[in-house]
Amino acid sequence: MSLRGKAAIVGAALAGCGEAHGKSAMEITVEAVHGALTDAGVSLGDVDAIATCQPLDMLSGLTLAQELGLNPKFTMNNRMGGSSFLSHTLWAAMLLELRLADTVLICYGSNQRTASGKLMTALGLPTYEAPYKPLFPLSSYALAADRHMTQFGTTREQLADVAVAARAWAQKNPEAFIRDPLTREDVIASRLVSDPLRVRDCCLVTDGGGAIVMRRAEAAKDHPKPPVYLLGGGEGTTHRDISEMPDLTVTGAAQSGASAMGMAGVKPADIDVVQLYDAFTINVILFLEDLGFCKKGEGGAFVENGGIAPGGHLPVNTNGGGLSCVHPGMYGIFTLVEAVRQLRGEAGDRQIAGAELALAHGNGGVLSSQVTNILGTESTL
Amino acid sequence: MTGMQKDQGPDAVFAAKLAEGVFEIQKCNGCGAHVFHPRVICPACGSADLGWVAPTGRGTIYARTIVRRKPERGGDYNVVLVDLEEGVRMMARVDGIAHDEIAAGLQVSASIAEGANGEPAVVFRPERGAS
Ligand SMILES: [Zn+2]
Repeated sequence: MSLRGKAAIVGAALAGCGEAHGKSAMEITVEAVHGALTDAGVSLGDVDAIATCQPLDMLSGLTLAQELGLNPKFTMNNRMGGSSFLSHTLWAAMLLELRLADTVLICYGSNQRTASGKLMTALGLPTYEAPYKPLFPLSSYALAADRHMTQFGTTREQLADVAVAARAWAQKNPEAFIRDPLTREDVIASRLVSDPLRVRDCCLVTDGGGAIVMRRAEAAKDHPKPPVYLLGGGEGTTHRDISEMPDLTVTGAAQSGASAMGMAGVKPADIDVVQLYDAFTINVILFLEDLGFCKKGEGGAFVENGGIAPGGHLPVNTNGGGLSCVHPGMYGIFTLVEAVRQLRGEAGDRQIAGAELALAHGNGGVLSSQVTNILGTESTL
Repeated sequence: MTGMQKDQGPDAVFAAKLAEGVFEIQKCNGCGAHVFHPRVICPACGSADLGWVAPTGRGTIYARTIVRRKPERGGDYNVVLVDLEEGVRMMARVDGIAHDEIAAGLQVSASIAEGANGEPAVVFRPERGAS
């Protein structure tokens, strides 16, 4: 038995992206939920399973049920950081396939920009790292970038080109938060924060929320928009703290990607459009390698000189990503919403013509949790 | 008698040793693997029979970053990952060398000094005679 194509995303929406003054995280979340239900043509009372996790509310699944006035059959609050929502889709598909639920809502929201101006997190430094004061989470990614540069000769310019590509995509997306021109030189001249990473290697701090609605494939065509089918999914968890990561150049995406593509019966070359959680520029290089879009150690060359920018050899983070579009702390849900828009042909100036297969990938913790989803149009079933 | 039946957990045992100026890591009596950070069971084989041993203290820098901080707030500092000879990795800092001279491959040796909050912490210095 496989989950391939058994469930579909029938509604998707964003809310409060950028700055959402005077709104709480849950209010932004519920705005996204309202948008996704409207998009799906589903009434609130039909939702019988919910999934969320929020920056500071450890019981956010319960808060969500309360705010929506629901008594769900299943409340999923699984929390692995920004990858959580791509795991929620797998659990949703299981509930739907087993007929334990009929309509599953997955959502997120954060007001971190207007509430605090920086990453809001309930996490403290790990016991065996705290005496050395690494910046959380930035220094962990800086260590991974340093190791990648040491081991494979990845260059400062190649890291910069990830940010430049994200900005070029953002310039095609009217919803992106920052759309000013950005050059490789701008990135390399930006303030050094934790070597080798500079300010422009880091994701934005914005508000924002997203939501999707999932139903069984057999019911998915009863909704106004073309269904986006979940063809495969997989997870990998290699550590929690960066000092415990077995190899800083190999993430759990190697496992999650292989599982997801195995379930979907596709290979990297088949994928039309890719959405990766780009918390920092090094993430994109690591994930492209681990997901099999290029060989280990060749991610720098892959992204260099516009490789993943508009007109490059692989469209990655077509919304502008966490680097230039939106980053309210746990970005995973946004990879799903952008994949849905691309597969529906709703992406405007940034639309990838004929996109039928998308890969969405979430990262949680400090390269700790990796979750991959393969999504496709009806033609891929 | 296994570690699980003793009074304190391995985190507390490690901290108590460090407070007395002793840096020890665990060694599995089941499979022989060294273990850090301190754990209840061996991540290599699952055995709960973990003892404490003194590492040589020698290690090699695996990765490093320099946290950039304004001089008036204390200035820059380094954060490294060190691979000990025993095969375990730990976060630390390196003293006694310019931050930008620290790079992967640098040979270092351990001592105990103050951590960021004044607590005893394992830190490293470049090995004498090593570049
Ligand atoms: Zn063992």
